[in-house]
Amino acid sequence: MESHKESEINGPHSMGTTIIGVTYNGGVVLGADSRTSTGVYVANRASDKITQLTDNVYLCRSGSAADSQTVSDYVRYFLHQHTIQLGQPATVKVAANLVRLLSYNNKNMLQTGMIIGGWDKYDGGKIYGVPLGGTLLELPFTLGGSGSSYLYGFFDQAWKEGMTQEEAEQLVVKAVSLAIARDGASGGVVRTVTINSEGVTRKYYPEDKLPRWHEELEPQNSLLDILSSSSPEPMIS
Amino acid sequence: MANSCVDFPAKGGFSFDLCKRNAMLSDKGLKLPPFRKTGTTIVGLVFQDGVILGADTRATEGPIVCDKNCEKIHYMAPNIYCCGAGTAADTEAVTDMVSSQLQLHRYHTGRESRVVTALTLLKKHLFNYQGYVSAALVLGGVDCTGPHLHTIYPHGSTDTLPFATMGSGSLAAMAVFESNYKEGLSRDEGIKLVSEAICSGIFNDLGSGSNVDVCVITKGHKEYLRNHMLPNPRTYVSERGYSFPKKTEVLMTKITPLKEKVEVIEGGDAMEE
Repeated sequence: MESHKESEINGPHSMGTTIIGVTYNGGVVLGADSRTSTGVYVANRASDKITQLTDNVYLCRSGSAADSQTVSDYVRYFLHQHTIQLGQPATVKVAANLVRLLSYNNKNMLQTGMIIGGWDKYDGGKIYGVPLGGTLLELPFTLGGSGSSYLYGFFDQAWKEGMTQEEAEQLVVKAVSLAIARDGASGGVVRTVTINSEGVTRKYYPEDKLPRWHEELEPQNSLLDILSSSSPEPMIS
Repeated sequence: MANSCVDFPAKGGFSFDLCKRNAMLSDKGLKLPPFRKTGTTIVGLVFQDGVILGADTRATEGPIVCDKNCEKIHYMAPNIYCCGAGTAADTEAVTDMVSSQLQLHRYHTGRESRVVTALTLLKKHLFNYQGYVSAALVLGGVDCTGPHLHTIYPHGSTDTLPFATMGSGSLAAMAVFESNYKEGLSRDEGIKLVSEAICSGIFNDLGSGSNVDVCVITKGHKEYLRNHMLPNPRTYVSERGYSFPKKTEVLMTKITPLKEKVEVIEGGDAMEE
């Protein structure tokens, strides 16, 4: 391990991530990959970056794992109190505003961007983005994490107003798998959470079921097979 | 006016002169003495009826092995144990602190501690100290909601996993888990896999070494297998034993009493009030 800087393995635990939130006709779909890394080491290949805040509101986390977990723990706690005092489910707007409040007030301490998505009876399905500085953005779709830079063009082309649930879910899975293919810091499985008036459905798409987006090489058992089978000098193309 | 502040510093307050000196010294290449770090392999896995934790027993101080048989599996509660990697003092302190908080919580509620309670207390403390308390932990236990295994990083982030490794030997140990772990292992298979993972750390990681400690926690029962394996026994001890030279030469055994300096007067004047 001498060749790596110490910080690459023992440094803070952060999520080079792809997270997505998309609204569709009747609800929202949240999507995320499942890779958590410390520098060059994948610390967790099956992490869950879509955290539950209340029954009807979920949150996608990116950036420092410690910071985003702490923020979501606080927001969950505040929302539970709020729900009890109100006697009815909290709205997505309230949840997003609490996230913004914590992100903005502690902006010097936090390295985390988050996407809040959910459904409530007043506004229907809504997606809010809270990026690094702690501003609050209400958007039809939001991208976050290191993988997002590969996806903006794709979303400008592929996102349409008034999609069906099926279309939105497929869009999210396709987008996350595209980012996984190009972004080294994103990987593992794709997780989605769909929220609408009916409730919440969680899905996950394992690594081997995802499209790879590039040509597969023929499987080879070992280097010896290549050496023995084909041309006498296989390393020269 | 501005100069007068510099010429005549106000009385009281803090002096930061030493910070300046320390910065200067570190610029010139002076290094602070290192803390005792446990370059470590610690692991944990969930098996069919509980959790198994494992650790090596080497503690290092830079390149020097300073303890060949230390304990890295710490007690948290009767049903919860915790492996620690990082700075030895920090792992020890943080687990002791949280275990006493859990004990008080048990006295208060009269119920068995839960693993999530320990997890939350640990992560809160570590997050508060922003990574300066360098404790990387593998927390495992069985409570009324079943078996649980978590990893906690020095910055306060946590993961929930079916199998976990930590410390400098985590890569070697994870390779063993990734190739051989499956769901629903039996007790013996679990202990074997944990021992294999720790041995992989002991033999392939310079920061880890010596023996294997294992802790098996099941519903209502735990078993601490201290030095479960001894893959590095001492191979040769001289039959004649070892002798060491005398430490201090004795020059004289006669005791000369010192002259009394103070004379005690019986029945002298009582001290004035």
